Amino acid sequence: MLEYRIEIALWALSGVLPFIMFSLWSQNDVGNSFGLNDIGLARYFLSAFLVRQFSVVWVVFSFEEDSLSGRLSPYLLQPLHPLLRYVAAHLAEQATRLPFAIAIAILFFVLNPSSFWIPSISRFLLAYVSTHLAFSIAFLLQSLVASLCFWTEKSSALERLIFVPYLFLSGLLVPLSAFPEKVLFLANFTPFPYLINFPAKILSGMPVDLLNGFFFQILWIAILLPSVNILWKLGVRRYTAMGA
Amino acid sequence: MKRYFKTIMLFWSTAFASQLEYQLNFLIELLAMLGTLSGSIFILSLFFSDGRQLGDWSWEAALIIQGVYTFMDGLTNALLRPNLTEIVNYVREGTLDYVLLKPIDSQFWLSIKKFSFAGIPEIILGLTIVFWSAIRTGINLSVFNTLIFFVSLFIGFVILYSVWFLIAASSIWFVKTWNATEVLRALLAAGRYPITAYPVILRLIFTLLLPVAFLTTFPAEAVLGELKLVIIILGLALSTFFFVVSRLFWIYALKHYTSASS
Repeated sequence: MLEYRIEIALWALSGVLPFIMFSLWSQNDVGNSFGLNDIGLARYFLSAFLVRQFSVVWVVFSFEEDSLSGRLSPYLLQPLHPLLRYVAAHLAEQATRLPFAIAIAILFFVLNPSSFWIPSISRFLLAYVSTHLAFSIAFLLQSLVASLCFWTEKSSALERLIFVPYLFLSGLLVPLSAFPEKVLFLANFTPFPYLINFPAKILSGMPVDLLNGFFFQILWIAILLPSVNILWKLGVRRYTAMGA
Repeated sequence: MKRYFKTIMLFWSTAFASQLEYQLNFLIELLAMLGTLSGSIFILSLFFSDGRQLGDWSWEAALIIQGVYTFMDGLTNALLRPNLTEIVNYVREGTLDYVLLKPIDSQFWLSIKKFSFAGIPEIILGLTIVFWSAIRTGINLSVFNTLIFFVSLFIGFVILYSVWFLIAASSIWFVKTWNATEVLRALLAAGRYPITAYPVILRLIFTLLLPVAFLTTFPAEAVLGELKLVIIILGLALSTFFFVVSRLFWIYALKHYTSASS
């Protein structure tokens, strides 16, 4: 992973979307209408950026490539679940990304000194745990799509159907408290708010219903884990190796 | 010239034939497009709650920008993304050799080879939103303004193409530029909102350094008849500049191309 330093630095940069949105929300004084002043907004979006850096998932793309090029066949023969190989790759890259994420956070504080804060240890640990849970949900969700590779050759196209609701409902563009009540109510039944909004709220020190959030995070993992397992088993049975 | 035109026709008809094999993809793209559009209009509406305005733009005027963005996104999905993201693979696998051997300009070949027809509905929908919202704002849409609108769309597209091609061409040295394209795409998302809604520093960056403003805000102003002559001249100058640079850079890059693998 260290060989690809520039790659990873660029990827960290490609997460600038929360910062662009922050500049919009604060410039236009919208924050007050959903109970966040400029400092609150700054903290929320920095947290959202950090949570995304450590929960972003791309398993479907790696898996599709391996499946199409036939590299999957030897993986299937090994006595280890192939998905674990991708989990390891993701975790390794998260670790490499840490220094870049810290550098961007420092730059953000230099530009917005008033927003500087250090979360309490308990908040930090809770955010740490919930970010990992968020990563697990995102990973399982994409693995579900990746398993469809066994049926169609282009399952990365299907990934777009997850990415679109993720983009708007996860809280990457706006804290969900800005949503009208009915939309918020419906959004909370999807896994997406627990991917960014919930951990970011913990980290930024906003008031948050911890019990409810963790309950839904664990519930989604409990739903997705067996589903991936079943779909994977059905898929492997259909698998006819491709490529050389 | 005629030869180039004939080549395009051949490329795109084969692209059409091969995409008919994946009809489900077309449906997925359509669904994703509708989802994205309704999502971003929803986010936009949050800015206008409590009767606010977004950087002096009314709701209808801001919708024009969404329309222009959708149009540009469609063009990107149809033409830029399928072609320019492939350049990296040609370099990595060494297949660029075959492209260079062909009796046709290599930049032309690389930029036009593929065409994704799933982008067409997005292009049409984008233009529909532009004109529908323009009528809703109550301005009368003169032929002259429409003409300026298409000129500024062209300017925006040339800038986008050149910047993107520039990044893709740098793969001759760096091989993997996939993430650089991701950075570009993240920044382009800034074009969903009017440039005047941003803080001053970002406005400058988005006008001169990374001309996002030329992609969406300025074409939208053209429809409304508010685009200044200076901006059009600046746009023509910038787009020519970026295009020439991308061209020169490609020629320079090829001198350093050492091929890969076999």
